[in-house]
Amino acid sequence: MTDQPLLVADSLRLNFGETKALDDASLHIWPGEIVALMGPSGSGKSTLLHCLAGILQPESGRVSYDGRDLTAMSDSERSALRRGEFGFVFQFGQLVPELTCVENVALPLRLSGAGRREAHRTATDWLERLEVGDVGAKRPGQVSGGQGQRVAVARALVSRPRVVFADEPTGALDSLNGELVMKLFIAAARDTGAAVVLVTHEARVAAYSDREAVVRDGRVREQEYAR
Amino acid sequence: MSVSFALLGLLENGPRHGYDLKRTYDDTFGRDRSLHYGQVYSTMARLLKNGLVEVESEPGDGPDRKRYAITHAGITDVAEWIGRPEKPEPYLQSTLYTKVVLALLTGRDANEVLDAQRAEHLRLMRELTRRKNDGDLADELICDHALFHLEADLRWLELTAARLDRLAARVRP
Amino acid sequence: MTGRSLRRWIFELGLGARMSVAGGRAGWARLALIAAGTGVGVALLLCLAILPSALEASGARETARTEAIDSEREIARGDGTMLIGIATTTFGDDSIHGRMLQPEGSRPPVPPGVATLPKPGEMLVSPALQRLIERNPVLAQRWDARIVGTIGDEGLTGPADLAFYLGTDTLDEETGFRIDAFGHRSEDAGVDPFMVLLTAVGMVVLLTPVVVFMASAVRFGGEARDRRLAALRLVGSDAAMTRRIAAGETLAGAVLGLLVGAVLAVGAVLLAHRYGTGALSFFLADMRPVPVLVALIAVGVPAVAILVTLSAMRRVVVEPLGVVRLSHTVRRRLWWRLIMPVGGILLLWPLTGGLGDSPGSGTIEFQAATGVALLLIGLALLLPWLVDAVVHRLGGGGVAWELAVRRLQLDSGTAVRAVSGIAVSVAGVIAIQGLVSGIETQISSPGASSSAQSWHQILPKTELPVTTWTGALRETPGIQNVETVRLARATREGVETIVRIGGCKALVTYAVLPACTDGDAFTVNVASTGVFDIAGGGQWTAPASTRDVTAIDQLVDYGPMLLITPAAAADKFPPGETRYTVTLDRSRPDALEQLRNAAARLDPQALVIDPDNTAVADVLRTMRQSLLIGTIAMLALIGASLVINMAEQMRERRRVMAVLVAFGTRRRTLSGSVLLQAAVPVLLGMTLAIGFGSGLAALLMAAVEAPITVDWFGIGTTSGMAALVVLGTTAAALPTLLRLTRPGNLRSE
Repeated sequence: MTDQPLLVADSLRLNFGETKALDDASLHIWPGEIVALMGPSGSGKSTLLHCLAGILQPESGRVSYDGRDLTAMSDSERSALRRGEFGFVFQFGQLVPELTCVENVALPLRLSGAGRREAHRTATDWLERLEVGDVGAKRPGQVSGGQGQRVAVARALVSRPRVVFADEPTGALDSLNGELVMKLFIAAARDTGAAVVLVTHEARVAAYSDREAVVRDGRVREQEYAR
Repeated sequence: MSVSFALLGLLENGPRHGYDLKRTYDDTFGRDRSLHYGQVYSTMARLLKNGLVEVESEPGDGPDRKRYAITHAGITDVAEWIGRPEKPEPYLQSTLYTKVVLALLTGRDANEVLDAQRAEHLRLMRELTRRKNDGDLADELICDHALFHLEADLRWLELTAARLDRLAARVRP
Repeated sequence: MTGRSLRRWIFELGLGARMSVAGGRAGWARLALIAAGTGVGVALLLCLAILPSALEASGARETARTEAIDSEREIARGDGTMLIGIATTTFGDDSIHGRMLQPEGSRPPVPPGVATLPKPGEMLVSPALQRLIERNPVLAQRWDARIVGTIGDEGLTGPADLAFYLGTDTLDEETGFRIDAFGHRSEDAGVDPFMVLLTAVGMVVLLTPVVVFMASAVRFGGEARDRRLAALRLVGSDAAMTRRIAAGETLAGAVLGLLVGAVLAVGAVLLAHRYGTGALSFFLADMRPVPVLVALIAVGVPAVAILVTLSAMRRVVVEPLGVVRLSHTVRRRLWWRLIMPVGGILLLWPLTGGLGDSPGSGTIEFQAATGVALLLIGLALLLPWLVDAVVHRLGGGGVAWELAVRRLQLDSGTAVRAVSGIAVSVAGVIAIQGLVSGIETQISSPGASSSAQSWHQILPKTELPVTTWTGALRETPGIQNVETVRLARATREGVETIVRIGGCKALVTYAVLPACTDGDAFTVNVASTGVFDIAGGGQWTAPASTRDVTAIDQLVDYGPMLLITPAAAADKFPPGETRYTVTLDRSRPDALEQLRNAAARLDPQALVIDPDNTAVADVLRTMRQSLLIGTIAMLALIGASLVINMAEQMRERRRVMAVLVAFGTRRRTLSGSVLLQAAVPVLLGMTLAIGFGSGLAALLMAAVEAPITVDWFGIGTTSGMAALVVLGTTAAALPTLLRLTRPGNLRSE
């Protein structure tokens, strides 16, 4: 591992109307580490995640990824970064309902310009790796919640991103399915060397992380990075 | 163990008589287990011996007229105790509650108590998770039992943290 | 039914109605859309319901003011008779109804709307004509008379009716008609069956898309509604209950739609009163809808709405879970969708042998209209199946294509419903265009353009010296060349021939002349040698140089004709009716009006023939144009509903879109998929519509015995319009897309 953090949030501030979502929030993510963002509902953890991923722009402060200032990039540059370097897992509604599972997984590759056949082959490999190789031809509405979430994990990892952002990935699942998803997810992330930013309010899910950062009232209390 | 720190902590806001101390303890932490007088006096005697409290006598007679005050060493001890996360184990409720309330009563940052405890819990939970994922089914079941209990504690902690403001308003006179 | 179950019914219908507005702003928006959609449809239907009585009312007044001329009966001059002259003229493209009135006694008949007959040198005008005269000084010079009053409403067909009565004392039995009453009493001559067919088909073509549109309007927001009802079904409402709740929900929208429609129709009536022209100008009192039709609309629209809703509900009732989870798609079946178009073809097929000449039977027209309606509705029914069948075979392509195709595979219904409206109107328009052009080829021969087009003819009614006419015409500004043509008759071996005597410049307006100098003679459809017996005495021998020529296209069927230059005529022919042919200075825009003025001032009854103006073709052109306008309006409406559908769909999918944007999907890809999603069904719809429309046109052309041709112009324009609708829809949906894909939407959950 390098001595440089991969992704840095520096004194981010962001308001939604009257509400302070982020109030001087700072966070460092090192390559390959798994960080749990914890904190009560409405504390700003999802907002922080969206800022780190370049989905939301903070009002002040900066986010840098691999030495590049994300906040100074254009929308299309950030989109390109999200396509190539980042992966995403959300709680609900993230799979495109009209595409089959394998097409959903292949989507990031195809968005980055890969051919259909090649993308589908890679996607099928990933589905098998997450133990959902048999649902490839089904649509998301036809698979169970746990299977759908594993398809989503496969989609997040298929383009071998350096950072995966996961927002309550097990939020809609029971404990057994949640455990399975986390186990497969974290194992695959460690295999590919991806860093994971994991927003969760569940301690058992956070226990899959290397360290946690607590967000409260838009501020981050970050645990020291232990090398 | 936690009773002596609780009594010590209650003295931080000013000297009290033994009877007064018992009443305050019962109000704040006692619930279904109120202290015996004897417990208060024996604890005070031990603390006196260790130099954590001192006695201010008042005119009058009888043991009731003794007023206890905390010493500097006592304050340091309380601070150290509150700040030290408990070893994560099931049913920490009473001790953690005592710590949180004392922190609020004595104007310390209760959130820090919670954060420190959470960090400690998570450290153990990570270890259990690792053991669970590397081990066999028996390991998995045993570890999960512990994990669920620890998680319950943490949830309670989160809940407490969310309610700290209300708690502060209630315990602080 | 017991009182108890009635109460339950009412409760369930009411629950549905409440649910339609309970969704907060979204619920109201949906209700407003349904109400607006059905309202527009209802307004159109109401206008059509008004049209018959309005036309009847104005037609009745038209009849009442038309002079009772009876060719069978000789009216003797009396105290109650009057001589009238037809002084109808044209200004621009507007026809002005005009009569010259010359009472012959103390109790002359008085036309409706007139209190006192105008004296010679006076005239009465309709208010609309008065306004036109005030705006156009040129028109004011047309009559040598003073305006002394206006014609009352009961003497006019509508507020925009242009009419005048001119008092005169110059008429005699030769130049005028003697009448003893106003009011045309003869029975109807019978309307041309072609025109009845055209009208019937036109009505169906306009009405069917309205019905299709209303059917898709009541399903605005249908997906959300389906899910809500499916949820109700899951918590235990039985199939019948669910249907009643849904019916109640639709009923609320449909009833509101009726109100909106009534308001819109009143607005349309006021507009028609204010701005309607020509045949579509009516007085407010005329525009009373036919009660039966109104009742039909008031009952039929909600009933259709409920039927459509219930048929759309099958899926919810049968598999509520599938609807909630979007997990199943229903494959559409083909067989029952074929019933209607096949029925339509069966009805139309017997007509291909020709309509025959029996007007007024009504059966054939009814059969044709029903056949067309069945075919068009069948098209609307076939389209969903076709789109379904085609998109399930599509695959491959880029991400945008994949997103669009998969979306259509999962649910093509929403997109197709809007498109079926387009398809039906396009098919109808192609059919009508084909029919109209078929009739056109029958009425006027093709390629009717020659040098004669630039000549105007004047046919005087009153005999005036030729020099009076030529002198007046030569002095008129804008008239360049005045030629006279004298008419006579001759017979050769029993064949009666019209003789036209005039200069070469005048004769070219009748036939294609190879070369012409004074002294030449030409024959059309008659032998070019021999002796002709002149009507009224004398003989004329065709000179040796007489050549056989062909008439210009418009006169091809006019029979035999002798064209003789003055030198060749050699004064053998008696003086007779003379016509004048003039050319106009095209650089003067008012030249035509000046000509009409000059003619009217000399003889108000003189007919000025404008070669550019061919009445029947005009009617057809108007018909085509109004159809085109109707179709454009229809397409705009359908475009609007496509935009609404798309916006709604995007709102429902905002979470998915935000996720797509989160992992870096380009906006271009998303807008591309929106475009394709609209384009694929429209393309399929257009293909089907062009096929159906051309087939229908062929059937109809066969019915009117016209040569069967493919109307590429109609196909081109309607396809172009459909493409515009797709592009417009996508363009209109883009702002919503951009707004919804703002990354902040991820936190809306």
